[in-house]
Amino acid sequence: MSKDQRKRIALVGNPNSGKSSLFNQLTGLNQKIGNFPGVTVDKKSGISVLTNGKKVEIIDLPGTYSIYPKSNDETVVADILLNKEGNLFPDVLVVVIDASNLKRNLLLFTQMKDLGLPVILALNMVDMADRKGVGYDLKLLEKEIGAPVISINARIGKGVEELKKALEEEVKPSANSFFDVTELAKEEIAEYLKKHSNDTAYWALQQLTINGKIKQKDSVQAKDTTLRYGKINRLVKQIEITKEAVGLKLYSEKIDKILTHKIWGYVIFLSVLFVIFQAIFAWASWPMDLIDVVFSELSVWLSTNLPAGVFTDLLAKGLVPGVGGVLIFIPQIAILFAFISLLEESGYMARVVFLMDKIMRKFGLNGKSVVPLISSVACAIPAIMATRTIENWKERMITIFVTPLMSCSARLPVYTILIALVIPDEYVLGVFNMQGLVLLSLYLLGFVAVLFSAYILNKIMKTTERSFLIMELPTYKTPRWKNVGLTIIEKVKTFSFEAGKIIIAVSIVLWVLATYGPGDNIKNAEQNVAKSLVGTKYTQNEFNDKVASYKLENSYVAKLGKAIEPAIKPLGFNWKVGIALVTSFAAREVFVGTMSTIYSIESADGDVNTIKSRMGSEINPETGKPYFTLAVGLSLMVFYVFAMQCMSTLAITYRETKGWKWPALQTIYMSGLAYMLSLLTFNLFS
Amino acid sequence: MSKAKTVGELKPGENGTICCFTDDRLSLKLLDMGCLPGTSVQMKFSAPLGDPLCIDVDGYSLLLRKAEAHTISLVE
Repeated sequence: MSKDQRKRIALVGNPNSGKSSLFNQLTGLNQKIGNFPGVTVDKKSGISVLTNGKKVEIIDLPGTYSIYPKSNDETVVADILLNKEGNLFPDVLVVVIDASNLKRNLLLFTQMKDLGLPVILALNMVDMADRKGVGYDLKLLEKEIGAPVISINARIGKGVEELKKALEEEVKPSANSFFDVTELAKEEIAEYLKKHSNDTAYWALQQLTINGKIKQKDSVQAKDTTLRYGKINRLVKQIEITKEAVGLKLYSEKIDKILTHKIWGYVIFLSVLFVIFQAIFAWASWPMDLIDVVFSELSVWLSTNLPAGVFTDLLAKGLVPGVGGVLIFIPQIAILFAFISLLEESGYMARVVFLMDKIMRKFGLNGKSVVPLISSVACAIPAIMATRTIENWKERMITIFVTPLMSCSARLPVYTILIALVIPDEYVLGVFNMQGLVLLSLYLLGFVAVLFSAYILNKIMKTTERSFLIMELPTYKTPRWKNVGLTIIEKVKTFSFEAGKIIIAVSIVLWVLATYGPGDNIKNAEQNVAKSLVGTKYTQNEFNDKVASYKLENSYVAKLGKAIEPAIKPLGFNWKVGIALVTSFAAREVFVGTMSTIYSIESADGDVNTIKSRMGSEINPETGKPYFTLAVGLSLMVFYVFAMQCMSTLAITYRETKGWKWPALQTIYMSGLAYMLSLLTFNLFS
Repeated sequence: MSKAKTVGELKPGENGTICCFTDDRLSLKLLDMGCLPGTSVQMKFSAPLGDPLCIDVDGYSLLLRKAEAHTISLVE
């Protein structure tokens, strides 16, 4: 190892062993979040400063139970640790062990040690084991396993300094194996070791297994695990010191009696979801409004204070709204992930899976799909990011795919204006408001589409990964605010940088399309509008609105709107609606803004009533009656329920699925569904 | 051979000792989780809809689906 190269230390351990807490204690804010190459498994790495001032790189490997992988997460760990040439291969391994669950945790540790890797055992949660009534002779443990043992409390940071001290020293792999596997595949291992004399028998066995050289590899694996556990059991008996139990587990069991109760369990879960939903909807709205105001003011200020020109226009009308369009999602993302990390940290998420698994499995979803689906009523973007908690690939893809079908908050202004336009404000049976009923139906329609699509997808998707649910039900723990805070920072960062660049790029493209047009019409907009208004009285504001509307009608976007008119005519839409459909791709709520520009209404975020009356006065030249009939209005609403019109969602799907296949499928499926169902609606009602 | 009782058939609070597995692929995962032949397990409770189940394995709680629990046979 050259001097300038930092020592690389990998943290490994079972899920719920406190590995992430230790990682946060070691690195604090010096963390980088990325993906492991080729997979969407979070890769967390960071820099830790040791007591002597030396910096080391820390990698937090995904939680794993064994070196024999059973999931995507575990495959990542095995791939890294079994490849000496790989650029993530660690110099030292810190295996984090949950002392209250020593036997099961030692399986992974002894495997790591037997691979011949330099290991340190970080014994976490000794306090929990204490309360369970067991203690361990750590000196004896250290002697028996031949590796340094350091007692830590990752939650409060106890023992972290001692661990750092141990990392300053050179850690040597111990020569003796904990469990000798030579007998399990004698000839193959001997042959391998002839060529690689420095490797251990266990390393040889793993390499031979990967390369398909072991004939009955499942049975060898079963023997290895069983015999290894046998040895661990004897070791644990040897070092165990029995104390008096204080009843920590009973405490957890009491909580479970209520939280997994057949009635209270669901009541509490629904209440939790309701609080999350309210929070994303209500708490996020004021910072979102603030971001909205700041960026639109900035945009106005830039266009009035900078010299007029293309650059100013691009800055004020393309780039600034684009950046604003990214930042506006941050409050919702931060709030959702605050809740999710609280649910994960406390151990409640495992209970959610427990409660919902049977229902969700019928639709090819996972118990954990519930949280993304509910949060997508606010916004699909944080919801799709939240699907990372689903380990099974197929279940995760289905959840990502169907999530945008839930009616998000951006659809609400579109629904509101269209309902006000075509649905009478009357009561059915004296109690039900018609407009309210329609709104409710639109939300239900989205939810039905989610279940239907998931069901179909589950039937057609093939997977080699078998769906199973075998997981630890962790005991309840008080969440650590530091961990919650770091999760929020990490998620916000990921969204801003990864999805943000795509969103900004598309915003600029849309700006170009809406600002430029063929011929000189746009350049001469002022004169042309003035000419058409000769002899009529108008204020300066009215004139400006007419110019804006004229420019939009002559832009490339309008060309696009007119070009797609033949295609959308069967749905009852004209080219003006076509323009709104195109611009809605930036975000659905842009529909309202576009409509007000087309109908030249003062300021884009104007009064809904004004837009309503202008749209209401549009006459269909073919019938001579108002254009926005019940059929057109309903057809448009149905279209907005289903269509994939959100570049931010596509950007995040791209990021989360590592390719354009899923976003493309999502666009085709959702838009196809929207088209067919709008067609049906329009024909049913006209 | 009479059919051995499985973990899936245990009643809440009832104990049993693992004898063997009927699904080879699944058994590898169960072994990793500490469900070894000879280990004593206790049924703790099931989810409100009867599935999944929660069992105690060597002092910790393990969640698994009913179908998966049926692949673990008990010593008679």
